[in-house]
Amino acid sequence: MKLPGMGLLEGLAVTGRNMIGSFYKKERMTTVQYPEERAPISPNFRNFPFLVYDGDPKTGLRCTACAICEKECPPQCIYIVLERDENGKSLKRPKVFDIDLSVCMNCGICAEVCPFDSIYMDGEYELSTDDRFGGLLFGLDRLSKSAEYHMKLRPEQASAVMARRKADEEKKAAAAAAKLAKARADAEAKKAAGQEKGGEA
Amino acid sequence: MLPLAASDASLFSPEFLPRLPQRLVEMILTNLGAAESLVSIAGFLAAAGTVLAVFLSAFALLSLIERKILARAQNRIGPNRAGWFGILQPVADGIKMLTKEDIVPAKAERLLHLLAPILIVLPSILALGVIPYGREWTPLPLELGLLFFFAVGSMTELAIFIAGWASGSKFPMLGAMRAISQMVSYELPLMICALGVIMVSGTLSLPRIVECQGGFHLGFIPAWNLFTPWGLVAGLLFYICSIAEANRCPFDLPEGESEIVAGHMTEYSGFKYALFFMGEYLGLFAISGLGITLFLGGWQAPLPGLDFVPSWIWFFGKLALVIFSFLWIRATYPRVRIDQLMRFAWLCMIPMSLLTLPAAAIWHFTGRGALSWVVTVPLLAVPWIITAMIFNRRLSPATRHYHFAE
Repeated sequence: MKLPGMGLLEGLAVTGRNMIGSFYKKERMTTVQYPEERAPISPNFRNFPFLVYDGDPKTGLRCTACAICEKECPPQCIYIVLERDENGKSLKRPKVFDIDLSVCMNCGICAEVCPFDSIYMDGEYELSTDDRFGGLLFGLDRLSKSAEYHMKLRPEQASAVMARRKADEEKKAAAAAAKLAKARADAEAKKAAGQEKGGEA
Repeated sequence: MLPLAASDASLFSPEFLPRLPQRLVEMILTNLGAAESLVSIAGFLAAAGTVLAVFLSAFALLSLIERKILARAQNRIGPNRAGWFGILQPVADGIKMLTKEDIVPAKAERLLHLLAPILIVLPSILALGVIPYGREWTPLPLELGLLFFFAVGSMTELAIFIAGWASGSKFPMLGAMRAISQMVSYELPLMICALGVIMVSGTLSLPRIVECQGGFHLGFIPAWNLFTPWGLVAGLLFYICSIAEANRCPFDLPEGESEIVAGHMTEYSGFKYALFFMGEYLGLFAISGLGITLFLGGWQAPLPGLDFVPSWIWFFGKLALVIFSFLWIRATYPRVRIDQLMRFAWLCMIPMSLLTLPAAAIWHFTGRGALSWVVTVPLLAVPWIITAMIFNRRLSPATRHYHFAE
């Protein structure tokens, strides 16, 4: 028979378990002591965009300044200037690539539409600054991050992108090799035909 | 209170440590040739100063420990930024309270508004003076110590009402009404339980009540009042009433933040609020000290061989355990409503506490032995079980039948 007052003791046992367990069990002490520790961010978390480069920040930048992201951005926070050489021919890289973080609404549309796998959403949230105007205008130097960083941030997405790029490259290389082989075979055939003709004549 | 010679080594033994400031002051003044009355007055001031120093630092420490223990019960760490493990947090709180602006509402009665916090702290400090902390240390060994304690404790309730009335606004007034109705209702069982102890010990003097609880039954069970049948019930009732008297969870309706802002303390800021806070915690120390004196044997050791430990260490150890249990209860139970509170006090606590009086008498007159247990336990247990069953049936909600969902 449950004596009157037993429920009170059961309640005390619950809090008692919490009190003692919080010293040695991880699930009973869920506090993350910021700023010494950081809570892990989930793979789907997105904040502001960043640009990916393979190898060298200047020459390995994947962005070709096609400006599709600039056109598709809803609040129009991206500003791109294409780099041209002396003759006016495009060099397929941006001279200026500015994103205004105070305008950006973290929608990710720029990452969705980029055809060159070059802009993705970052996960950094400690971006406070005391300069309201210039401090939140990120240029090419602050936006460029390596492909290894992308891999560490979003392993699944980054490995899928790298696999796709590798497959594309291999396909291109295979197509180029096939074309080369075909051209060589044609040249051989022509040479053989020419030799025969020359031999006959 | 004669001054001892400087070569008296027992002056510095651990047992006499609490008396040290008083004796030192008296010795110094006597050696300087001061008058007898001046020496005794200075001695009393030193004793009062010791009590104040100990309990004010205990108050500061308790405010931090409470937050950390409550935090642990809620799966989080308490304050740990202010110093090593947050030990400087009370200092930070003190600085904050002292540097806040002192706002008095325009419709408030200024003199009473100023007086109320002082009147809350004063009785708590006075009440702390009569409790025996050690074999040699009762700051104020009165013959009527217990009566003095309750008389002075009633001033707290009056001060709360003064605070509520003098603030000149609705929430404090409501909070003060609830506070005094709660405190008055729970004062009755408190005193009736203390009455049982007075009957059995035959004296109102607190040091003598502690001495009556010396000795051991069967060689190892201490003869504290808690380990008697009536003492078990009376001690438990005293414990519950002391939570209600100190306005602590689950009886903190007068000051619950989600209910009534801060009740009678709403219109107080800065140092006056700190004085309210301090008065509440000092009152908690005083009433738990009294409970320990009456039921837990005061400064008596729990086992026969442990007399070498100074008596005041036992007292403060018991005080620490009781306060820890108060914190545990605060972390666990939800707040009771005002009607539940009043019903509990008048319909449950007062009849049970009244029952402890004949139980104590019967226990004493049947020889205080095993026979007393056999006779007294049914006298206390049967009405409790019947009352509990009646309450369970009358107050528990009926099982619901859902006509359309099934």
